[in-house]
Amino acid sequence: MAVYEHHYRRYAGPLTPDWSRFLIIPRHAYRDIFRSKLFTAFFVACFVPLLIEAILIYLHHNVNALAILKVNVRELLPIDASFFEAFVGIQGGFAFLVTLLVGPPLVARDLRNNALPLYLCRPFSRAEYVFGKMSVVLILLSTITWIPGLVLFLFQSYLEGFSWFAGNLWLANAIFLGSLAWILLLTLLSQTISALVKWRMAASAALLALYLIPSVFSEVINQMFSTRWGHIISVDSLRRSVTAGLFGTFEAASRQVSFSGERISNEPPIWCSWFVLFLICAICLAILSRRVKAYEVVS
Amino acid sequence: MVAALQEDQQIALQALVQTPVIELDGLSVRFGRRPILQDLRGQLRGRAIGLLGPNGAGKTTLIHTLLGFHPPASGTARIFGQDVINETKEIRSIIGYMPERDAYIAKMSCVHFVRLMAELSGIPSEAALERAHEALFYVGLGEARYRNLDTYSLGMKQLAKLAQAIVHGPRLIFLDEPTNGLDPPARLRMIKLIREIRDSGQANIVISSHLLRDVEECCEEILILKDGRIATYCNLEEERKANRKFLVLETRGDQAAFTKAIAELGCEYAITSDHRVKVVLQEGAEIRDLYRIAAAQNLQIRRLNFKRDSLEDIFLKAMENGNGGL
Repeated sequence: MAVYEHHYRRYAGPLTPDWSRFLIIPRHAYRDIFRSKLFTAFFVACFVPLLIEAILIYLHHNVNALAILKVNVRELLPIDASFFEAFVGIQGGFAFLVTLLVGPPLVARDLRNNALPLYLCRPFSRAEYVFGKMSVVLILLSTITWIPGLVLFLFQSYLEGFSWFAGNLWLANAIFLGSLAWILLLTLLSQTISALVKWRMAASAALLALYLIPSVFSEVINQMFSTRWGHIISVDSLRRSVTAGLFGTFEAASRQVSFSGERISNEPPIWCSWFVLFLICAICLAILSRRVKAYEVVS
Repeated sequence: MVAALQEDQQIALQALVQTPVIELDGLSVRFGRRPILQDLRGQLRGRAIGLLGPNGAGKTTLIHTLLGFHPPASGTARIFGQDVINETKEIRSIIGYMPERDAYIAKMSCVHFVRLMAELSGIPSEAALERAHEALFYVGLGEARYRNLDTYSLGMKQLAKLAQAIVHGPRLIFLDEPTNGLDPPARLRMIKLIREIRDSGQANIVISSHLLRDVEECCEEILILKDGRIATYCNLEEERKANRKFLVLETRGDQAAFTKAIAELGCEYAITSDHRVKVVLQEGAEIRDLYRIAAAQNLQIRRLNFKRDSLEDIFLKAMENGNGGL
């Protein structure tokens, strides 16, 4: 079917491997996403903390620079678990903002324009479609969370030496797992909302509400019942709890000021936070499997 | 050795020719408790197959089931011998589908959209782009291929849907209401394209449509559905070859006695209304015999026309009886 010939002809060339086809979706999606200069600028800004922390690590190991600055950066800001945990926390915030901009239209747009039958009438399964759409967000978030986190870790290891690297390998694990848990949760939440709400703005608003409203409610519960178990419904608190557990900075009991005065309250155990995270992910997957269909059947 | 190979190839070719395009094997589909398709059986082998039926007859559901979108409640179907339940992926790699409703990916140029669809069918990126251009030129959207799909008119969107259905060169193409919303020139162009693809012999086509004229112009085999069952199967090609003509008589008088008398003459007949009878003349019988019988029965023949069974007649008959089969 050459342009000049104008007749129908079958395709007889080689085919791409089945496993790689889900990657077609992110490849085409990024063309659209990075067409916006504003988003590109924001995405570049997400790497500013990486630059700052890399400079801090460099200063930490540069005696001349320390002498010029006349500041003891080693005492001011030690490169330990808290340093990397803070980086993961900051990048987690950026990851949420990126998700808010990128995630909601992905499935919603296809549902609104009845595009799902076009995808699914090909040798392309529903699971591949969902995984393809999720990978748009996952790949983007990975580049601003655990990948720069590990780059920082390797930079510090390079400057500090192999013994530091060997002794702190668990930090790399914490950076990777903590970031992955958060970006996976964000990806699933954004895609689920996108599959439920067909209008892009409403989907973004719903994602923001899902982040903010439970956090407010969790604090209300904590204050009213003098407890810390309210954290179990806040996505942000769950993330903090899980990350703190991985970095070994989790405090089981904390001082709490409530209406009745000051008291020591127990935080929900870390396994509880993991369990809730898994539960949210499972619910999201169940909703996605119900919503992502070529045609909705009205019984 | 060479002779054995040629023999093997011939056997394989024969098997391919003998394999029906679509084979329905007691196929039933339910949505909840509601039966949509009930015990469909038969084999369809035509280059272009028409699916006809009133709204809600199950045409689109049948296509969706063949595409693997709805699981059958019982029975199964095969496309080129491959089972729609167990070999969905293999089937989807050899078919193209043009949905009835507006379907596109927003914020994309048409060439980008068709290329994406080709890539999802497994064609490598560069070849997909090349074929996207070719397909768009083929359907007549060559000049508009860089325009955003959101800006397309209804007719252009239909052509874009056709382009994405054929970009990967499938063996079987499902077209669900392909001429919906098209103006007469655009409709003619669509029909011409369908006939060209059919005549190329490279792909079989299944067309679901309300428009009898479209189906009649493009299809060789017709499957008429009514209430989820096969109402009639008709091989239009054979009907055309047989060139069977009949007479339509407009009468006034005792029609029952008249039809009884022409039946005794050995002619087939059908009463279509109070004053209208269709008669197929048998060999040896002539028109003057009809006048003779009419005069004997004191019946007036006010009009007499030669006609051929049109698809409309077949369709209306199927809607009245609704118990045909393959």
